[in-house]
Amino acid sequence: MRSSLLFYRRMASPLHAARAGVGALWAGALALAALLLFHPLVLVALLAAVLCAGWGAGVGRTLARSMRRGAIVWLPIVLVNVLVSREGLTVFARLGNLGPFGQGELTVEAVVYGAVIALKVMLLILITTLASLTVDPDEMLRILRRLSFRSALTASLATRMIPVLAADAQRLAEAQRTRPEGAPRGARGRVALLGAVIGGSLDRAMDVAATLEVRGFATARRAPRSPRPWSRHDVAFLLSAAAVLALAILGRVSSVASFNAYPEIHAPVSVGTVALCLGLLAAVLLPFTDRRGIE
Amino acid sequence: MSAPLLSFQEVTYRYPGVQAPALSDVSIEIGPGEFCLLAGLSGHGKSTLLQAACGLVPHFHGGEFAGRVTLAGHDTREHGPARLGAFAGVLFQDPETQLVMSTVRAELALVLESRGHGAGAVARGVEEVALALGIDALLERSTHDLSGGEKQRVALGAALAGRPRLVLLDEPTSQLDPVAGDELIGLLRRLNQEWETTIVLAEHRLERCLSSVDRVIALDHGRVVCDSDPPAFLEWAAEGSPALQTPAAKLFALAGLRPAPAGVRRARATLRANGLLPEEVEQPPAPAASKAAMPRLRRAGKPAAALELKGVWHELRDGPAILRGVSLRVQPGERVALMGRNGAGKSTLLRHAAGLLEPTRGRVERAGRVALLLQNPGDYFVHERVGQEAPADALAAVGLAQMAERNPRDLSGGERQRLALAIVTGSGEAPAVLALDEPTRGMDRAAKDELAQELKRRAAEGQAVIVATHDPEFAAACAQRAVLMADGRVIADGTAAELLAGGWYFATETARILSGAGGALLPEQGAELLRARAHGRERAGDDDRDSAGVAPGAAR
Repeated sequence: MRSSLLFYRRMASPLHAARAGVGALWAGALALAALLLFHPLVLVALLAAVLCAGWGAGVGRTLARSMRRGAIVWLPIVLVNVLVSREGLTVFARLGNLGPFGQGELTVEAVVYGAVIALKVMLLILITTLASLTVDPDEMLRILRRLSFRSALTASLATRMIPVLAADAQRLAEAQRTRPEGAPRGARGRVALLGAVIGGSLDRAMDVAATLEVRGFATARRAPRSPRPWSRHDVAFLLSAAAVLALAILGRVSSVASFNAYPEIHAPVSVGTVALCLGLLAAVLLPFTDRRGIE
Repeated sequence: MSAPLLSFQEVTYRYPGVQAPALSDVSIEIGPGEFCLLAGLSGHGKSTLLQAACGLVPHFHGGEFAGRVTLAGHDTREHGPARLGAFAGVLFQDPETQLVMSTVRAELALVLESRGHGAGAVARGVEEVALALGIDALLERSTHDLSGGEKQRVALGAALAGRPRLVLLDEPTSQLDPVAGDELIGLLRRLNQEWETTIVLAEHRLERCLSSVDRVIALDHGRVVCDSDPPAFLEWAAEGSPALQTPAAKLFALAGLRPAPAGVRRARATLRANGLLPEEVEQPPAPAASKAAMPRLRRAGKPAAALELKGVWHELRDGPAILRGVSLRVQPGERVALMGRNGAGKSTLLRHAAGLLEPTRGRVERAGRVALLLQNPGDYFVHERVGQEAPADALAAVGLAQMAERNPRDLSGGERQRLALAIVTGSGEAPAVLALDEPTRGMDRAAKDELAQELKRRAAEGQAVIVATHDPEFAAACAQRAVLMADGRVIADGTAAELLAGGWYFATETARILSGAGGALLPEQGAELLRARAHGRERAGDDDRDSAGVAPGAAR
């Protein structure tokens, strides 16, 4: 049985080949760019860059699936903004008195601003998904273990156990479906089922705890520092992160990516805007063109 | 003699809140380089002994502990499992709970890092243990993606990474298919012989490992009742605990041969010396999964099938096909064993049979309800009392009527299995098909025999029984037809005698000893064959003597 949960798998891609710290930094730079920039065209360029990066890292399908599922997040954002925003001038529908929402005057500006915020949220979801699929959590936690061994190991265990416990829950649900009378119904039945799930998780936790005991967890010491030469992919993604960050700051402080939704939409598209979009695409995607030394 | 590596001195132990001792006055010593097998029925103290050896008893489980256990000179009352972990690596039954990191490399490194080894030592240790266990190709893989056998190997690697002098293993092959199980035992033997690693292994399927071990310690109700080399253990088991006899030993006992053999090779050597080894016959090809090769039972007319799968495919979205056009017809009252390696598609096939999954192509026809018993009986228990889990008549049918007030989780392994069977079969009209997925996992031989009888009884009442199992002995005991699967396809389908008599892995021990002669699968059948052969030889000898004019009984 396959779980629909997202987790890291080692794959042959330049991003997987880069060290976890650099991968995390690169994803952080993309996330910061998504937060700093507001121009719709630039955000769309960034979205395209992230999706292409997903394909380059071999996780494009999962990313596309995340985007489809993300509809449950961005649709409500747009709807709520349209209903509550009162700042736009271009009214396209009057719904009369909407009770707690006041007069229902829906504006184009509110739709556009809602869409921009939804796009930013969507970008953050996709970047987080991309990072969780491509940045080795063990390596990240190894870095964090130098700060706090037990907290990092607990986090590592949680990462590892989520798919295991999800599979346990799925198995239990399946077992209940094979009862001739079906799964227990009603509140009492659900409580009993929940009790069984929790009981099973506790049994699992006890077994894991016993394993950790005999592996010396109680006397564990700080993880050693392990020097590792910088690969071409480490350098490439580090430079990419720096470039993305620089372009994002440039877009924020200069007029090339200026954007205002209220009272009227102001999103000029200049040569500078187009150059910024192309620059972002290149900065994000260039490291994926070098596929030497990946495994 | 060198100082013992592991020593138990008059150890008695009770789990918290339990009156009966799990270990009772146990005194044993295990020296460096020994390979010991712990034998005994379920719940008779094997796991507890292993946990006492590594300090989990009493430090982790609590309870009442008397006596003294020392590991490499360290008293387990004074040193906890973490400290003792430097001397003993432990491998439990379920590999899923023993992998705590996301990648194999990180998993192997964790033990060494926890002990404060430097980066170089960690890297070297990981490489060495990976090479020793043949898992170097897995180092960068995600632990989530490994097969059951690979997970167990990686867990063993993690147990060995610190180069412990002693390895304790609690039924490590119970979740593995015959191929992966044999590989693991072979690996342990290599560790023992090449690196003098001391090994203590608890196992139910003794025939799998008896030929590899130096010593067998049998436990009964927490007491050591036999401590000897394998041949002496088998002699003892014939009288003292027949449920612990291996099929080979039982075959020899029934055929009146001695000594009881520890493994196929020794059995064949004894038979050869006595002139009883059947000729090496060319094995007939495994019956193909074609109509012509179907058991006679099927060809005698065509009554309505209890279950029929017609070209069933199960294709994962964005993934491989798990079933590839499987066609299978099971008659009412027929007993079918479904065999194959882990990942062959057996469990998925049973889920389709029970309607838990819908085929992506093809269809499934059922004559009535299909009761499916999944691998873990504990997954069915959601109530506090046995009586709440299943109707009274269903409990009575599996012999649990008197346990209605007990908590399901307090039942023994065999009782849990029977309760789960009562839950899925329910009361009222019997299901048309009873499907069981690996029902013997972790069961001792006595419980397996009970289950085989129960399945035969249900089949005699007209239920079709289909069992997915890795255990050829159980398949031979309960099934009349065997279906072998690989890569989502049925690759062979025939009578149990045809299928389980002609292989290395998917064959019973009796069949392997007798090279599949006469289709004998079980010790009783094999013994009959050997007796007939001995009788034939005697008659041939008499005829020779008659024709040569020699008096009967005279030496040649």
